[in-house]
Amino acid sequence: MRIGVFVCQCGTNIASTVDTERVAEAARRLPDVVYSTTYVYTCSEPGQQEIQRAIEAYNLQGVVVAACSPRMHEPTFRRAVEKAGLNRYMFEMANIREHVSWISNDREANTKKAIELVRMAVAKLRFNQPLFPSRVAINKRVMIIGGGVAGIQAALDCADAGLQVVLVERKASIGGKMAQLDKTFPTIDCSSCILGPKMVDVAQKENITLYAYSEIESVSGYVGNFTVKIRKKATYVDWTACTGCGVCMEKCPSRKVLDEFNEELSFTRAISIPFPQAIPKKATINPKYCLHFTKGKCGICSKVCPAKAIRYDMTDEVVTEEVGAIIVATGYDLFDPSAYGEYGAGQYRDVITGIQYERILSASGPFGGHIKRPSDGKEPKDVVFIACVGSRDASVGRPYCSGVCCMYIAKQAILTKDHIPDSRCYVFYMDIRAPGKNYDEFVRRAQEEYGVQYIRGRVGKIYPKGDRLVVQGMDTLLGVQIEVEADLVVLATGIEASKGARELAEKLHISYDQYGFFMENHPKLRPVETNTAGIYLAGACQGPKDIPASVAQGSAAASKVLALFARDTIETSPQVASVNERACIACGKCIEVCPYGAIRWKELKGGIKKAEVLATVCQGCGLCNATCPPKAIQLQHATDNQILAEIEELCA
Amino acid sequence: MFREIAYYPGCSIEGTAKEFDESVREICKVFGISLREIPDWNCCGSTPAHIYEPLLSAALSGRNLAIAESVGFDKVMTPCPGCLKALKGSLEAFRDPTKKEDFLRILNMPFEGRIKAVSIVQFLIEDIGVDEIERNVVFPLEGITVVPYYGCLLTRPPKFAEFDDPEQPTSMDRLLGAVGAKVPHFPFKTECCGATYGVLRKDIVGKLTGRILKMAQDLKADAIAVACPLCQQNLDLRQGQVERYRKESFEIPVIYITQIIGLALGIEPKKLGLHRLAVKPNFLFEMSRKGKENFVLEKQT
Ligand SMILES: Cc1cc2nc3c(=O)[nH]c(=O)nc-3n(C[C@H](O)[C@H](O)[C@H](O)COP(=O)(O)OP(=O)(O)OC[C@H]3O[C@@H](n4cnc5c(N)ncnc54)[C@H](O)[C@@H]3O)c2cc1C
Ligand code: SF4
Ligand code: SF4
Repeated sequence: MRIGVFVCQCGTNIASTVDTERVAEAARRLPDVVYSTTYVYTCSEPGQQEIQRAIEAYNLQGVVVAACSPRMHEPTFRRAVEKAGLNRYMFEMANIREHVSWISNDREANTKKAIELVRMAVAKLRFNQPLFPSRVAINKRVMIIGGGVAGIQAALDCADAGLQVVLVERKASIGGKMAQLDKTFPTIDCSSCILGPKMVDVAQKENITLYAYSEIESVSGYVGNFTVKIRKKATYVDWTACTGCGVCMEKCPSRKVLDEFNEELSFTRAISIPFPQAIPKKATINPKYCLHFTKGKCGICSKVCPAKAIRYDMTDEVVTEEVGAIIVATGYDLFDPSAYGEYGAGQYRDVITGIQYERILSASGPFGGHIKRPSDGKEPKDVVFIACVGSRDASVGRPYCSGVCCMYIAKQAILTKDHIPDSRCYVFYMDIRAPGKNYDEFVRRAQEEYGVQYIRGRVGKIYPKGDRLVVQGMDTLLGVQIEVEADLVVLATGIEASKGARELAEKLHISYDQYGFFMENHPKLRPVETNTAGIYLAGACQGPKDIPASVAQGSAAASKVLALFARDTIETSPQVASVNERACIACGKCIEVCPYGAIRWKELKGGIKKAEVLATVCQGCGLCNATCPPKAIQLQHATDNQILAEIEELCA
Repeated sequence: MFREIAYYPGCSIEGTAKEFDESVREICKVFGISLREIPDWNCCGSTPAHIYEPLLSAALSGRNLAIAESVGFDKVMTPCPGCLKALKGSLEAFRDPTKKEDFLRILNMPFEGRIKAVSIVQFLIEDIGVDEIERNVVFPLEGITVVPYYGCLLTRPPKFAEFDDPEQPTSMDRLLGAVGAKVPHFPFKTECCGATYGVLRKDIVGKLTGRILKMAQDLKADAIAVACPLCQQNLDLRQGQVERYRKESFEIPVIYITQIIGLALGIEPKKLGLHRLAVKPNFLFEMSRKGKENFVLEKQT
């Protein structure tokens, strides 16, 4: 093989601590290297031209560039060599910047290490093979999992672009947490007035198929061609017949069912429509409370339903959908404040959570929009808000900031003052996090215009005194302990990963962080992509987020899907595993270890089984390569031969 | 059930908190637990040792643990939360790789760190059990309201204590419930009593202990149950001081939880040292006397 080596100076980034001339000279003495040089900025236009010129002049068959990390410029150089007629995989990169020049000032040691890295790259390149991507057709349907505001936005954007959309929501209605909110910061517009029309749009768009009260059973396939099984949970009501008239709900005698939508501040019935604006507006029976299921009697709803929609014998149904891309928008859940025994949540009825207060404020809430406290229905005059309950506190395993609480506390305090002008609001906070557009101004308004008392410090204890609560805390600005007597205490409970997020991530083969939030591919540059091609993220499932950010991500994820679907086929990377069938002993170890489900059995003539890699699913992680006992499965471009050649060169 | 466990009394138990010791020993007898004092035990170092040098405190208690271990015990119980914290501190030093070596060098005795240290409350809950206690009650404390006061050390710091909820503990609530007392939710169950400030700054104890007594009074408590000699001292012995400081009267007996349990188990008040309390628990004497009478009557018929 005729190899050319280009040692980059990266201005002074590399040259100041590495003797690049010496590296080039050492390379020149390596077997097969017919040309070697240094260049000031190899990635620049003239730098690339220099590579192309050398390929032609010296008839090079492979190229090594010793420069920076391949993350950024490997694609650049691959394109450059391809333009000069080489296969793009006949190229290797040695990282002598991040791995050498930037980490030590010892010029001698650096130069030696750079030479070693170049030798390894050359050794590997000798075993490189031209590789060619394959192309597969794309199924241009998209699935969105989670019908909160992020999922709704993504669904509408995709549908507007003409795609077939499948929306899967685990609850009986879409809308997510936003549907439960009263007004929204920083503009105080009514949440259901801005979300409602979008929900109706979802119902009306012909190219959106909505599976509510459904969950993902399993996912297989790969970018462009996913097969998803969806479990439609039994609602015991035939939704095609149900008109949402609500007669059943009125007549149902089982009345002691805590209303989940109202955060258990009120009761609903065993058969219910989740809330008036629900989409779909259909009834669902809760068999835990339905007298037909618990006692074997009643059957009233079945008698009164004018549409004859009740089906007590309904069972779960599993349906299969084929899609080319998936957007995950499963949102978040809230921290359980009982971890803070000293706050008495769950013990004192007038210690409530922020989301409960949203329901109390809401006109469709448990008290019809009148602020009352749960214990005795009295109108509170002194309301204390406590920030960071389950946020920024390592002792409860939640060291991160929930991002929205500072803002919604300010909002709720303003709304309290609007409802009850002679009320007094107090906020115990650690710092105020209000970095969004018009956010800080909003908090200032709460403080200055509405006279909300902000007290910087933590609350140590809440205890009852008569029918009121004493909030005992610290004012760290004044350096004194203070006690505030309150009628109602609102805990701003932190945002955590939605229940079942980890299990869903495992089904989708996407990664999640230690808290269960899904991981983006790159925290800055690829915020809505996951590590699995064709699966995207939107909204709070990726980390705490407010509505503007969730909506922006919903649209961003939709645009990624549209970009993917703009082509009819996709190129797949050839850097995947492949099986040498002769060597395969069919032990199945590779199938077990593959985290992406990319290997399956293939039957040869005579019923002989062999492992087979689905090139489009394989992510090139190499686990199978390391596991395979007879080394029958090899990761292309990182084969055992190539890696051993590098190691041998290093040890030589 | 007969079991022998290592017992570390500590200094308060031999002095101001004699009745704690008496009542612990009495109730253990009922459950067939034999308490074996650690031979030749030494001072735990109390507050001065760990303020001066945590390793000194760890080594002092380490010696007691090492002796108990060498005698063959896997558990040591102490009624005093202060001593407990010192014992736990040496186990912590033993477990901490950055301290272990120094700790063992100073200790200079064989030590395997197998032994566990527990408070009497943890012992009652985990080794004897609420149900077993309930089964042995002869004079239930019916109609008597008791609030449990845990103080600061019994369940804290959580890493040391490894027992109950640090901020909202319930173990004493459960024990009191088992003996039939009415146990209202006591919001100040872990509030500070002022600790050793009783000696230096009476005003601080007046304020802090006063709040606790006031809350108990507001909850119409007949008594406060405690499990710490220092808390007991501040709440009981200094109650007169606090009353003068706050210019109000409380008259609330502050009783070791083991004394209350002992009474319900039918043990004579005198054996439990109830007469040693500063604020006399007259209603308990009364109850015990009446209970006995009824008990005798029942037996006769
Ligand atoms: C008290 C409170 C007040 C707030 N006020 C404001 C405000 O005023 N302004 C603002 O900008 N933000 C506010 N927020 C934040 C706002 O709620 C979020 O930004 C927003 O709801 C995030 O939308 P989402 O779609 O990502 O998640 P979600 O709203 O949580 O929606 C996720 C959806 O996915 C569904 N789902 C979950 N798991 C699955 C699964 N496995 N399969 C199928 N479906 C699933 C859920 O049922 C849900 O419908 C507030 C938050 C709280 C707690
Ligand atoms: S009565 Fe029938 S049609 Fe009306 S909401 Fe109930 S199930 Fe639907
Ligand atoms: S691990 Fe290797 S030998 Fe075993 S089935 Fe997979 S390819 Fe075949």
